[in-house]
Amino acid sequence: MNPAIVLATARRILAQLRHDPRTVVLMVILPSLLLVLLRFVFNSERAFSEAAPALLGVFPFAIMFIVTSVTTLRERLTATLERLMTMPIGKLDLLIGYAIAFGLVAVAQVAVAAAFALGWLGLTISGSVWVLLLIALLDALLGMALGLFASAFARTEFQAVQFMPAFVMPQVLLCGLFMPRGQMADVLHWLSNVLPLSYAVDALTQVTRSNVVDGTLVRNLVIVAACALVALLLGAATLRRRTP
Amino acid sequence: MTHAVVVEELLVNRGGRAVVRDLGFTVPRGTVTGLIGPSGCGKTTLMRSVVGVQVVAGGVVTVLGLPAGSAALRNRIGYSTQSPSVYADLTVTESLRYFAAVLRAPKSDVSRVIDEVGLGRHAGKVIGRLSGGELSRASLAVALLGSPELLVLDEPTVGLDPVLREELWTLFHGLAERGVTLLVSSHVMDEAARCHRLLLMREGQLLADGTPDELRRRTESTDLEQAFLRLVREREEAVRS
Ligand SMILES: Nc1ncnc2c1ncn2[C@@H]1O[C@H](COP(=O)(O)OP(=O)(O)OP(=O)(O)O)[C@@H](O)[C@H]1O
Ligand SMILES: [Mg+2]
Repeated sequence: MNPAIVLATARRILAQLRHDPRTVVLMVILPSLLLVLLRFVFNSERAFSEAAPALLGVFPFAIMFIVTSVTTLRERLTATLERLMTMPIGKLDLLIGYAIAFGLVAVAQVAVAAAFALGWLGLTISGSVWVLLLIALLDALLGMALGLFASAFARTEFQAVQFMPAFVMPQVLLCGLFMPRGQMADVLHWLSNVLPLSYAVDALTQVTRSNVVDGTLVRNLVIVAACALVALLLGAATLRRRTP
Repeated sequence: MTHAVVVEELLVNRGGRAVVRDLGFTVPRGTVTGLIGPSGCGKTTLMRSVVGVQVVAGGVVTVLGLPAGSAALRNRIGYSTQSPSVYADLTVTESLRYFAAVLRAPKSDVSRVIDEVGLGRHAGKVIGRLSGGELSRASLAVALLGSPELLVLDEPTVGLDPVLREELWTLFHGLAERGVTLLVSSHVMDEAARCHRLLLMREGQLLADGTPDELRRRTESTDLEQAFLRLVREREEAVRS
């Protein structure tokens, strides 16, 4: 791994985003607006406080998934990836560069959304805001890594966009946001147990309800981080120097 | 080591078909070698094999004394893909600065290559808003970063006017005089005449290999277009009999 190339890659992706302010505004503001909408749909501070923490994890996950899969696919389709693969850049240099750039965007996104929810929409959390931000960041990285992996299976940008419902929606439905995981049918409960987003949402729920950082919380965070790492390595395996 | 590229019995399958078959040739150092042939004959595939991004089914490709695709070659080769490969949402300078960082080339290289391809006036422009010819020059500029010993350029002059083509060919010859080896593909025959050596390809095979003069003499033709057509006919007759 070469830190200079990693940083150059992160800087390049941030520069690309800077030239596309509309995407940046959408990424940073949209989750907050959706939270506002949700607050008025529930029309009760208590019901909102139940659902909002989970959403703070779901938004960065879903948005980073889609942004990364499209960005990576574009890199494959425009042959910039082919060109990079003839240069002295490691696959992990490229991927970690992506992770840093999109991770920074995710932090901005979650910070704005959390500020809205806590400061204005009446969300109260018993635990630390920093832990909340950390979980959301891990979620974003998980979405990014999965998006990178998924992009290897897409031939067109249309396909890449369709992967979002395929990879993301089942996790959102089963993560405990709509129905506590313990009350699901056995098969569904088992399924939700193997999906990483469930652990992120469990951790977020715990941070909302109590301020103790216990073994369960740490375990959940480690599971999410490990899944992100595995997805990143799988993504790295799909980047090939030689193609058919 | 007098040869920059040595290809022996190369075999490449793409889309379930052998698109390069039993191909062999050498490229001497410090020369401009033209790779000429009709659309779909396998020029890009061959160039991809030389820079080490093509899965090959057989044969040996040696570049600067090492197997093609070796890690040690990665900052000694400049490759310009046929379709422009630069970031459309960055400016010319930003895009080049990134590739220069990856190649660990000096920062001053960025403005040097911008001048070499004549994009000085457009350095701060977003690449997506360049014209077709400007775009292909922005992509070519990346291959010139650092100090590559071998340049593999896939149709670098497509869509350019005669003045710009002339300037780029002068640049290519200047590089060759400094010892850089160039492998340049084209399907324009008047460009072929400007190469030191030519590789004529057809349907994945090598039709002829020699200097433009040799090829003209051998086929008793006055121009290369005619020479190429004669070689095709000869080959077809040889296959039939
Ligand atoms: N990604 C691919 N998958 C399958 N077949 C391919 C692929 N790319 C090229 N081919 C086939 O391989 C053959 C050689 O293609 P190649 O791109 O090397 O030709 P070329 O000589 O560069 O043509 P052109 O002058 O049009 O650029 C063609 O028949 C083409 O259809
Ligand atoms: Mg081609």
